[in-house]
Amino acid sequence: MAFRHKNTRRIEGLDSNVWVEFTKVAADPSIVNLGQGLPDISPPSYVKEELAKAAAVDRLNQYTRGFGHPSLVKALSQVYERVCGRKIDPLTDILVTVGAYGSLFSTIQALIEEGDEVIIIEPFYDCYEPMVKMAGAKPVFIPLRYKNDGNSTSSADWVLDPAELANKFNSKTKAIILNTPNNPIGKVFTREELQVIADLCIKHDTLCISDEVYEWMVYKGNKHIKIATLPGMWERTITIGSAGKTYSVTGWKLGWSIGPQNLIKHLQVVHQNTLYTCPTPLQEALAQAFWIDYKRMDDPDCYFYSLSRELESKRDRMAQLLQEAGLKPVIPDGGYFMIVDVSTLNVDLSDVDEKQPYDYKFVKWMIKSKKLSAIPLSAFCGPETKRQFEKYIRFCFIKKDSTLDAAEAILKNWNKQTA
Amino acid sequence: MLRRAGQSLHHFLLGRKSSAGYSSYSSEAKMSRPVQARRLEGTDKNIWVEFVKLAATYSKVNLGQGFPDFPPPDFLKEAFVRALSGENHMLHQYTRAFGHPPLVNILAQFFGKLLGRDLDPMTNVMVTVGAYQALFCCFQAFIEEGDEVIIIEPFFDCYEPMTKMAGGTPVFVPLRPKAPKDGKLMSSADWQLDPAELASKFSERTKAIVLNSPNNPLGKVFSRGELELIADLCVKHDVLCISDEVYEWLVYDGKEHIRIASLQGMWDRTVIIGSAGKTFSATGWKVGWTVGPNRLLQHLRNVHQNSVYHCATIAQEAVAQGFQRELELYGKADSYFVQLPKELQQKRDWLVQSLDAVGMKPIVPEGTYFLVADISKFKSDVPDVPDSDEPYDSRFAKWMVKNKGLAAIPLSAFYSGAHKNNYNHFIRFCFAKEEATLKAANDILQKWKREKTSP
Repeated sequence: MAFRHKNTRRIEGLDSNVWVEFTKVAADPSIVNLGQGLPDISPPSYVKEELAKAAAVDRLNQYTRGFGHPSLVKALSQVYERVCGRKIDPLTDILVTVGAYGSLFSTIQALIEEGDEVIIIEPFYDCYEPMVKMAGAKPVFIPLRYKNDGNSTSSADWVLDPAELANKFNSKTKAIILNTPNNPIGKVFTREELQVIADLCIKHDTLCISDEVYEWMVYKGNKHIKIATLPGMWERTITIGSAGKTYSVTGWKLGWSIGPQNLIKHLQVVHQNTLYTCPTPLQEALAQAFWIDYKRMDDPDCYFYSLSRELESKRDRMAQLLQEAGLKPVIPDGGYFMIVDVSTLNVDLSDVDEKQPYDYKFVKWMIKSKKLSAIPLSAFCGPETKRQFEKYIRFCFIKKDSTLDAAEAILKNWNKQTA
Repeated sequence: MLRRAGQSLHHFLLGRKSSAGYSSYSSEAKMSRPVQARRLEGTDKNIWVEFVKLAATYSKVNLGQGFPDFPPPDFLKEAFVRALSGENHMLHQYTRAFGHPPLVNILAQFFGKLLGRDLDPMTNVMVTVGAYQALFCCFQAFIEEGDEVIIIEPFFDCYEPMTKMAGGTPVFVPLRPKAPKDGKLMSSADWQLDPAELASKFSERTKAIVLNSPNNPLGKVFSRGELELIADLCVKHDVLCISDEVYEWLVYDGKEHIRIASLQGMWDRTVIIGSAGKTFSATGWKVGWTVGPNRLLQHLRNVHQNSVYHCATIAQEAVAQGFQRELELYGKADSYFVQLPKELQQKRDWLVQSLDAVGMKPIVPEGTYFLVADISKFKSDVPDVPDSDEPYDSRFAKWMVKNKGLAAIPLSAFYSGAHKNNYNHFIRFCFAKEEATLKAANDILQKWKREKTSP
């Protein structure tokens, strides 16, 4: 039977996805999985307890308020009022979504359309590009460039060229997507760097979509700054957060968008026409968890800070393991990913009969022969820069000690095998 | 369907305390250029916003909201607690994007059995954030500018804005009431499509038809003959069928829910949509699914991976266990899918009696947990306002909740803008409520009737 029904133009070419490819391969339990960004550590016990409590209340198993469960938006407004130093209305300035992913989608669908250009900083969390395309707009890429010639590298060494950035803005530029702390590099944008971006947004009357899911994972000597708090930015910024990253519960898929009412109201319209409401018991549990930590935001035991400390030592350990294996990792200032240049290992994959970039081939080879997985960095680049980034791979280090022990064993043996 | 927020929203809306004096930087500064995307045009109005607020403010008995006020079954709640507190804390992390393996496996088994087909859990099933998101994926995957979508009125309200947001044009065709047999109450079966009228709505631009059976708000369960009529037209015009079957288990009087995908020529062109919320009385879990051929589902997966990507894990794990139990008990008296419709049928009959006794004329639903009643006899309390834009039933429902404390939804909410006044003397009640709630509703109605008939 001839079937005339193809997919719509809006999703043409958006079907391939690095995760679908690599999570399948890494699902084998014998593989040490440092690829996909999910913790294998347990969420804090009070978070699980709150969920059990919520599920026991009958009405919390039924629909709640579409734009966000009242106790959750209230808790979010309190936490972020404190962080931002401005009043945030829980009903009009916040939308709860299915993960930060859902916030990105709602924001882009609400505010971006055909004819618009959206600036994306490379390397970027891979969904930005297909979401911008699905909205009919044109992604305009600008790479972070490595500026240091020294031996050890830090994510701070990866910077934007201000003149190059300014050139990307024009009258069609509707938004710039900022991700700080950045996935995959782990860069934490400084106030000065944010000011450069802010100045351009104000000059060109552009939106800023600020993906801040790793906002609490910032290591010593660094501070997470919200671009929305810079002068002139609140009215043009949507700030996105994630319960999954904040509380190590990626499987809860709850996120939020915070911004001025006249922008958030359009995200709310998208939300009411896409999935209407998010799960209730999870939102209630999250609200209670936030209250617990809100009350101790002056206390170092607050989970927002204690998780960060725990991660910093994992970061340091991961870096050491890679260095001992002869690699040069880029030490991240934030987030729970670390990228590393693998070209120094000189693994010859030229006989691998695929048109894929080097890092894709490398990771597949590494999974097969070393039983260790990572994610190729060219998945996080636009078409022009794949060559520039194809020698890097990304490791995730929010893993329990035994996982890192297993990675250590593989990395120690690596040199022996290739000697 | 109405989204409930409950007691907390009531207090929340009326009694918010303002925060301590934080500086509010230039609260009126805005971007100077227009910001919202054109795809939102005509999709921002939402009837529920107003009616949720009214119900939260005024109602003593809320039969407006489309969800149960009784809990999900114990076996399901237990499964949820086991999942969240078990040794495997990885259930708090991402699962497979297109559906948690235990869930897609059992859904493939279960629906394979019902459809008489071998279903591949990886390619013939996709899990979504409620049936709502499944609908969204269908529209985004298949509808664009130039496409027409046939929507049968009265309809679950989101079909229209979803069509528009995808750039499509909704084409409406009404179910028309036939007079019931003498002395009998009208049934949802008496609301029917005119075959010639339906056929006339199909054109070369028609991309899809949305079928909702059992139907919200009327409760109609489409018969085999009616489905064949629709199927023949779909095949003839090579049209997709988006089949919203969320109330598939809520079917009364021994009637059968027939899946249009099982009809000749339909499997290849149908996406079946289901809901754990309705199936297991857990609407707040927001777990739904699509079942269909891979060549259609591949495009739903594309939309899903670029919009939401993963659905929450724990609820999926619990729903999988719920279905496992139901597969084992299928057709037996202990099956929740047998017990729930039995209980709801009793509640339906109770409400039918209550309404009939006071002069509201109920249309007895064959399925779902909704019931529509004709309120013409009560018109005297709420006068006609000749020049009003607002449909009569909407004014009536608002008056009723404010003055009698009983919340229901006007039927005009389920019609397109142009047709809102065609059937403007009906309101919809939800009867998935505890006995106490239905009794309280009865008390309000009885008192109201007494007040009308006394001098």
